Amino acid sequence: MSAVLEVEDLHKSFGGIKAVRGVSFSVRKGEILGIIGPNGCGKSTLFNCILGQLDPTAGRVRLNGEDVTGLRPSDLNRRGVGRTFQLLQVFPDLTVRENLILAGQEHHGSMIGRLFGPRDAGLTASADTMIGFFKLDHLADAKAGGLSYGQQKLLDAAMAFMAGPQIVLLDEPAGGVNLTMLASLKERLRAMNEELGATFVVIEHNMEFVMSLCTRVVVLAEGAVLAEGTPAEVRANPAVMEAYLGH
Amino acid sequence: MSEFLAYLIVGIATGSIYALAAIGFTLVWQTSQTINFAQGEFVMLPAILVLLAVKLLGVPIPVAVLIGAAAFVLIFGVGFKRAIVDPMLPHGVLPLAIATMSLAIIMKEGAKDGFSAEAQSFPSPFAADTVSILGTAVSVQFIMIIVVAFASIAALQWFVTRTRTGRQMQAAAQNPNVARILGIPVERMVMLTFIINAALAALASFLISPIYLAKFSNGETIGLFAFIAAIVGGFNQVRGALLGGILVGIFDSLAAAYVSTSYRLAVPLALLVLIILLKPEGLIGRKEERHV
Amino acid sequence: MTAETDTAPAALAVRRPGGRIDAALVTILAGALILWFAPVGMGRYGTYVLTLWLVMAIAVMGLNLTLGVAGLKSLAQAAFMGIGAYATGLLTAKMGLSWYPAFAISAVATFAVGLVVGFPALRVKAHYLAFVTLAFTSLVWLFLRNEQWLTGGTFGLPNIPRPTLLGTRLDDALSFHRFVVVVTAALTLMIWWLMRSPWGRAFLALRENPVRAASLGVDVRAYTLLAFAIGSAYGGMAGALYAPLVEFIDPSPFAISASFFLLLMVVAGGSGYLFGPFIGALLGVVLPEWLRFTGGLYLIIFAAIVLLLLIVCPKGVLGLAEQALGAVVRRFRRTS
Repeated sequence: MSAVLEVEDLHKSFGGIKAVRGVSFSVRKGEILGIIGPNGCGKSTLFNCILGQLDPTAGRVRLNGEDVTGLRPSDLNRRGVGRTFQLLQVFPDLTVRENLILAGQEHHGSMIGRLFGPRDAGLTASADTMIGFFKLDHLADAKAGGLSYGQQKLLDAAMAFMAGPQIVLLDEPAGGVNLTMLASLKERLRAMNEELGATFVVIEHNMEFVMSLCTRVVVLAEGAVLAEGTPAEVRANPAVMEAYLGH
Repeated sequence: MSEFLAYLIVGIATGSIYALAAIGFTLVWQTSQTINFAQGEFVMLPAILVLLAVKLLGVPIPVAVLIGAAAFVLIFGVGFKRAIVDPMLPHGVLPLAIATMSLAIIMKEGAKDGFSAEAQSFPSPFAADTVSILGTAVSVQFIMIIVVAFASIAALQWFVTRTRTGRQMQAAAQNPNVARILGIPVERMVMLTFIINAALAALASFLISPIYLAKFSNGETIGLFAFIAAIVGGFNQVRGALLGGILVGIFDSLAAAYVSTSYRLAVPLALLVLIILLKPEGLIGRKEERHV
Repeated sequence: MTAETDTAPAALAVRRPGGRIDAALVTILAGALILWFAPVGMGRYGTYVLTLWLVMAIAVMGLNLTLGVAGLKSLAQAAFMGIGAYATGLLTAKMGLSWYPAFAISAVATFAVGLVVGFPALRVKAHYLAFVTLAFTSLVWLFLRNEQWLTGGTFGLPNIPRPTLLGTRLDDALSFHRFVVVVTAALTLMIWWLMRSPWGRAFLALRENPVRAASLGVDVRAYTLLAFAIGSAYGGMAGALYAPLVEFIDPSPFAISASFFLLLMVVAGGSGYLFGPFIGALLGVVLPEWLRFTGGLYLIIFAAIVLLLLIVCPKGVLGLAEQALGAVVRRFRRTS
């Protein structure tokens, strides 16, 4: 199968500190890749370099074979890279539906067309489909700020998928979510993958969440890839245990 | 050449006064995110208060200076923070910035209506002699301004880096939450920066008013130059504000001499725009890396 | 399908885009109608103050867009007003052009200058923009004051003609007032349209959370520049109306203090609200006129009122009104 996202020998230093040193991996279409590692292993820096938030010191990022290294986050998104953030990032003053329309509107037509076109940029129907998929129907017209934390987390994920991206990168989706909500989030993400063929990368702290959701796992330690394989292989790898327990 | 040297010394002297205002400006900005648009008026008013004390109370100048400085620090150090900054800060930076703009209008118009619309002479504490430096006659006044301003800034720097209270103040400015956990009385430290700001403004006022006379509208230029100095130097440090102030003073002095007087103001402004475009973190500020 | 699911979308449709927005439209049209007849019996000076209020409201509306909507702290609005006023003044009084093309040129020119000045907005943090724009305002003011051959310097630019409509010049206060009412209503409708379009949503996202907005494909650079340029063009158009209103312009109303004043009006009225600028300009233009009886003290009293207002309600008059309304609604809900 073809690789949607390829990261090739990525490096990032801050002054003298090397946060990421030569990370390479690729994500195949329809795959859920987990990236795990102990605190300070360079996960977030790696993510920020892939997503154009930071400029990598060296290395390449390719999307469907095309070099996208150093593109601005908005350009990257319009080429089909969706993301969520570690902390919740919905727009509290907009309704759930408006949040989703916002997440999709920049992907259709020209700016001028949007100015004179319909108010919802023709996206009400697809927003409502997404709302249905994430089981937020009764909340479509509620202000996002009034939702519970777990519901906002679902909306946050839904926004990342709204524009029909090639790949979505989720930054610690399980953080701060209670167990019931975690189960439904995981269930929805898996449905996203199985029913719609969505490809995504999950950075997580929560080992259990990653191991039960992902098809393949990359383990980072001290800014480099320590191990790679299926959840079972990684779990059996003594070096991984060492890295986690050693810290 | 000797003419150039004279302008340079005048520039350094006025620049060190701008630096005093700029340091206060950055201190207050760091501890409470207050962009004080009345900073220029803060430098204008103390001299007016002193003249007012002389006029109303008939006290001699040194006593009036003490009264003026004390009243100013009380009202525009402690009072400013209590009455304006504290109630507005929770609502964001912008309403507070606008409030300081209103305060600037009140101070300016108050000085005009309550004292005088005309420029008044303000006595200089220094002798009116000149000394010869490298064959150039330089007024003692300018030399003394430089000495006093630098001594004050050095004392402030010593206080901030070498004393316990000063270090607590720095900690409160850099990370109030951590400081609070460490048991530093953050509130008191923030108040201290407002008091220091008012004191620096008063000092700047007493140094600059003998040169430019005391006038209600003085704040406009002084405030503008203090902002420019703070940004040019790099918003977050005493050293930066000092460097910025002196640069602005020199640019202004040389512009007055060698560029047309009608476009004199344009030179420091151009410096500001250049710095913001080319090195937005300031000449010796810290850079933050993040894309949007 | 149950009856409940049948009625649900209909019930939503009432609350959806429609509701409040149509109220805004009705308010604009009703306001224009009231203002059309308002000056009857007010006399020349009263009419002039009313017209000046609308002209300032246009400038404040533009700044409200750049600041209240897109979150850019600009201190350049007075300069854009000055550019618009001088462009219109020079084109009509000195070059004999009709007001309409002069108005269009002023709008386009300030839009273009806005794009250029807005460029630093992309590079620097928010509070730095205040200082870049402050520098710009000072430079424009210096130019207007110093280039006497063009602008007349401090002596000003006299004899700026009023526009003509259907062959008659709008020389009397009432007919020019009505002309301004129509222009103001049209420009308010444009902002209303802009704010409810997808652009309005993008502007809001930009102000609330630019990093998240970018991750959703919102082109931060393009929208930031546009917000700034459109806001600037409103300043230019306000200037293009201001010049024929006062018929004589000099550099003083376009200095830094005027930019502060405009910013103050945005915040005092309620930044981000569609009608905030009208309230803000009412405070900034009409209140000082009412305070005239206090003589030289009017400015100090005005500033004190604004300061108190901000301490009491930092979100401006409309912010306070919304809070009060919310409280009433909650009480009503609880009792019913």
